[in-house]
Amino acid sequence: MNQAAQYIRRELAIRLVRAFDAGTLRDEIDNIPVKLRPKNEPSSRCCIYHDRAVLKYRLMALLGYSIEDESDEAKTLASYLDDVVRDVAEGKDPYAGLEHKMAPLSVCGPACSGCPDAKVVTTENCRGCFARPCMYNCPKKAVSIVGGRSVIDQSLCIKCGKCVAACPYHAIVKTTVPCEDACPVGAIKKNEFGVAQINFEKCIFCGKCFNQCPFGAVMERSQLMEILLAMKKGEKLVAMVAPAAAKQFPGTIEQLLTACKKAGFAEVMEVALGAEKTTRHETAEFVERYEKDPKMIMTTSCCPAWVNLVAKHMPEFIDKVSLTPSPMVYSRELMKEKDPTLKTVFIGPCVAKRSEARRKDVDFVLSFEELGAILAARDIDVMSCEAYPLERPAEATARNYSHSCGVTEAVIAEAMSRTPDFKLNSKQINGIDKKSVAMIRLHLMGKIPTNFLEVMACPGGCENGPCSLR
Amino acid sequence: MDKVTVEICCGTACYLLGAARLMELEANLPEELKGKVEFEAKACLGMCNDDRLGGAPYVRVNGSEVIANATPDAVLARIRTLLEMEDL
Repeated sequence: MNQAAQYIRRELAIRLVRAFDAGTLRDEIDNIPVKLRPKNEPSSRCCIYHDRAVLKYRLMALLGYSIEDESDEAKTLASYLDDVVRDVAEGKDPYAGLEHKMAPLSVCGPACSGCPDAKVVTTENCRGCFARPCMYNCPKKAVSIVGGRSVIDQSLCIKCGKCVAACPYHAIVKTTVPCEDACPVGAIKKNEFGVAQINFEKCIFCGKCFNQCPFGAVMERSQLMEILLAMKKGEKLVAMVAPAAAKQFPGTIEQLLTACKKAGFAEVMEVALGAEKTTRHETAEFVERYEKDPKMIMTTSCCPAWVNLVAKHMPEFIDKVSLTPSPMVYSRELMKEKDPTLKTVFIGPCVAKRSEARRKDVDFVLSFEELGAILAARDIDVMSCEAYPLERPAEATARNYSHSCGVTEAVIAEAMSRTPDFKLNSKQINGIDKKSVAMIRLHLMGKIPTNFLEVMACPGGCENGPCSLR
Repeated sequence: MDKVTVEICCGTACYLLGAARLMELEANLPEELKGKVEFEAKACLGMCNDDRLGGAPYVRVNGSEVIANATPDAVLARIRTLLEMEDL
């Protein structure tokens, strides 16, 4: 987790909203990088000018633009802002003509350090010992002893790390490219300029690279501006707050809902109400599939990074993913039934939800960080808010969707209430990474007996999502 | 000996910029400080309204002393100093 990048992102977002509210954003926005990195003060990168350049790109991403789409380096932030304001006023999508309009993530080239390729190398700590565990443990015979020192033949090395673990002197190190290492599907690679580039055909938007890059070079494209402008225009926005919010902000979820109201949302709801519907349908779907074929296996469908993973990397198993809509989609339905003119805003800790929202007609997605920035800028203190008078609180099992196993528990409880002797053979994948992707395949091929597989892209569930506050 | 009181501002700005991490201090307090410190999560203390947001997160120690840009290490260091002062 890159905390420094987290804090700078949040600070920029707070400043952006404050200046927007004060009506001074257009005048101020190009000065923010200078204000944050004044001369004679320490820099976080090589110099304050590099810092300022990266801050400019961060603001560009906050305005909703993909950094990859930059065609004119001299274009000011004020003029990007003008474009967004004009397009939103005319009811157009500000990003419609751009190549990366569908991508929620963006890599900032000037921030990327172009980390050296992953490599296993022997350091000076090598004693050239008699035991030579590096040599004997290497499955590829890539290690030899030259001049009394262990040497690794890079053309043979498969970077398995067995020699690293075996060396009693800790003399062998494995260097990594953190983004490539974190990506479960090999979607991020350095391009011909040595800068990380995301292959959006492969990317499942799990947000792991976003969190793992030590240079904070992977940025999220925000819809903050569109939301602020919609609010200002007087559009009725509904804040649909994900169950994961419970442990994010100080105070209770009811207090957070009041805070959202104060911040300018016309309506608020907890997405857990949608999760209740997901539980009912998911259980019914499971029973139906089970009765048709007792040997079947069904997986959950509420994690959008997981659904992206199946669709893009294992399409042969797509029919094993439940067809039940996610809590967000049901929440949208509930609000649209109530008032079709409402614009829906999903508020959560997830990058991949941005891609799901686009497919399922949810108008906007706001991360917890961005919501926090709006609240902070508008001096709304969650802990001091009164509890929002809910018509009824969502069921406990629905509020638990944000933890790993939460969906499974909800489905089991629902199924037991229908048929007491119900048999669910459930397994959970707690976090998608390179290893668990292989496990998932084994499950779906039927090599591991399961009939209900819950997959959560983030370890521990949504509450540890890439845009969570902790 | 009086306990050191540590009030952590949990106003939204402070919370976003680091108070969430400060809240974990109580649970991870070093053994020798246990029982000597009183932590309290406070609603916004109203200190973050300057132009630079510079100071968030804020912590107030013993009711009056303010630590800006508080990090767990800075707060712990201050607690230690105060306790040593009291021992003298």
